Amino acid sequence: MNFQLIGVNHKTAPVEVRERLAIPESRLPDAMKQLRQHPGVDEGLILSTCNRVEVVAQTRNGSADLRAFLRDYFRLNPGEYEPHLYEHHGAEAVRHIFRVTSSLDSMVVGEPQILGQVKEAYATARAVGAVHSQLDLLLTRAFAVAKRVRSETAVGSSAVSVASVAVELAQKIFGSLHGKNVYLVGAGKMSELAARHLMAHGAASIFVANRTYERATKLAEKFNGQAILFEQLYETCDRADIVITSTGAPFAIFRKEHGELFLSRRKNRPMFFVDIAVPRDVDPEMNKLDGIFVYDIDDLQQAVASHVADRKKEAELAESIVENEVVRFQARLQTLDVVPTIVSLQDHLETIRQAEIDRVRGRLGSLTPEQEMAIETLTHGIVNKIMHTPISALKTAAREPEATTVVDLVRRLFNLREKDSGQQKKDKIGSGQ
Amino acid sequence: MPTLWLRVALACYAFGLLYALLALTRAGDLLNRIALHAAYLGMIFHFVSLTEMIAPSGQFTLASVHNAESVLGFLIMVVFMIVYAVYKTTSPGIIVFPLVFLLTFVAATGEQPFLQMPPGVRRGWLDAHIALILTGYAALIVSFCASVLYLIQERSLKAKRGSGILSRLPALEVIDEIGFRSLLLGFPFMTLGLVAGTVVAQATYGRVDFLDPKILLSILMWAVYLVLLYTRWNAGWRGRRAAYLAAGAFAMALVAWAANYFSTIHKFAQS
Repeated sequence: MNFQLIGVNHKTAPVEVRERLAIPESRLPDAMKQLRQHPGVDEGLILSTCNRVEVVAQTRNGSADLRAFLRDYFRLNPGEYEPHLYEHHGAEAVRHIFRVTSSLDSMVVGEPQILGQVKEAYATARAVGAVHSQLDLLLTRAFAVAKRVRSETAVGSSAVSVASVAVELAQKIFGSLHGKNVYLVGAGKMSELAARHLMAHGAASIFVANRTYERATKLAEKFNGQAILFEQLYETCDRADIVITSTGAPFAIFRKEHGELFLSRRKNRPMFFVDIAVPRDVDPEMNKLDGIFVYDIDDLQQAVASHVADRKKEAELAESIVENEVVRFQARLQTLDVVPTIVSLQDHLETIRQAEIDRVRGRLGSLTPEQEMAIETLTHGIVNKIMHTPISALKTAAREPEATTVVDLVRRLFNLREKDSGQQKKDKIGSGQ
Repeated sequence: MPTLWLRVALACYAFGLLYALLALTRAGDLLNRIALHAAYLGMIFHFVSLTEMIAPSGQFTLASVHNAESVLGFLIMVVFMIVYAVYKTTSPGIIVFPLVFLLTFVAATGEQPFLQMPPGVRRGWLDAHIALILTGYAALIVSFCASVLYLIQERSLKAKRGSGILSRLPALEVIDEIGFRSLLLGFPFMTLGLVAGTVVAQATYGRVDFLDPKILLSILMWAVYLVLLYTRWNAGWRGRRAAYLAAGAFAMALVAWAANYFSTIHKFAQS
């Protein structure tokens, strides 16, 4: 189980760092391919959300240099982000993945979006062939654990999503949301969710601006809203009381001068910007304007700090589930590991061969070295021919999720008992081939 | 007797003062309700005290500084209660309660000053003048309180510290509306009060001495008031700028009040 993980999240790195490491969706497949080609890496997956960038790998000997991958890929000054990195190996990495997928490591513990995000990353990784055997198992297990956490604890049900925190803040500014206009800049899942929350609390109408106009139209239709051409963003934005931005733009699209313009057009009525994009869409300078309130993804975290405390107990329960699952997964991987089975199969047949040779050796009398040689070759040949099919079956099975059954079957057929396998025995297989 | 009732009212308002001091702590929630009920009670006693002053002798006039303070305190409470009835918030109390307590305290403990009424003054017009002006003051003061609360709330939203004491404050736009509506409410009173004052002056002296410091300051204050309304109406000034203007008008009102001591025709105050 040579899992390795390296990454940053909202706890270890401020948004300034995370936005530099964020990998846009369109570039993820290439990034994962590159990760897979990195020395020592067998399988790899990259998860990049607004709160975290995680690089997970199944490595040959558990000591691939993932930091080097980050350096190669981002070509940033390592000093900027390396102090914020965390690294996990083996069971620690498994635990981390389980916690992330179960939303226990989220900014808002229990929020449901992270599961979908991990699933998307997984689908991408599978599509480019970066994930096929052990990492596949790890992730499918992680999804099952997330499901278990959701159904067995109240962590998910009482989740305060970023969206509902945004609603709360909007109410702090506007009181009732009745008659307030919401402007979505970028038609992502998160902003859609936030819009839904705001509408549920009485917001009057929704405008959607998106780089691709079709997506804007599609989303606007859902809310009976109005799609707006991205070019008209600045002319129309002052109509909004609440602006939710989630574009993938590399630079801030709202700067201080835009804010001043909006304010003068709005006769200084306040505006609330919710910036859930990483990198940020709204220049932090905007917050300095009287009447404009800007909350980025990190600020939302602070706003929910109090809610998190309420769910601490449920989170503890969830943590124990994760703990339990980590142990189970390790045990499962061990059975899955076909190497010990192959080794004991070889040992078993070798013992039989030796015993049989010893048994008939006495009856044959003295033999010439050539004859000795012939017997050795013959018996070896027979054993190897017999072993060939079960071993290749085992090796194929190792890449499939149903490997356990095959391993069990072989063990039962040949009456093999559990034996410890070490590096030494693995080498033996290597030479046996 | 009137002074006794006033002192009872003062005791009731003391709860409000306590609330204002502890509003920032956890005890705030409980005290909030106690203070509100105590304030109702205080207003009843206050009202009794005011009517008793007028009833027996007809001697009462607003042109006594302590009576005026008492009436102002009462009127502020009235505006506060109107705000409470509409917006269900006691937050302005953080500033209103101490102020009313102070006004009532001075009125209840100070000696009734010697009245120096000019001969031939028309009492009805004079009382109307003062009552109207005082109502204008009361509304202005509540508006100023709202401006201060607006600033506090705006700061906390900007600083992004969501929880804690400030979460008890009403929403920013609600505070803003309270401030603006109080301002709107107060303006006609203030204007009519000044008009009534002119009438009194005309009737008493045959002319209005616009160079009298009190009259000058009052007109100045009215002008600031007008500017406040205009900028809000036209440019939507609120928050910091509105608070500064309201503070300016408020300061002007204080100076105008204090100008009694220098004015030749407003010479009632000798406490």
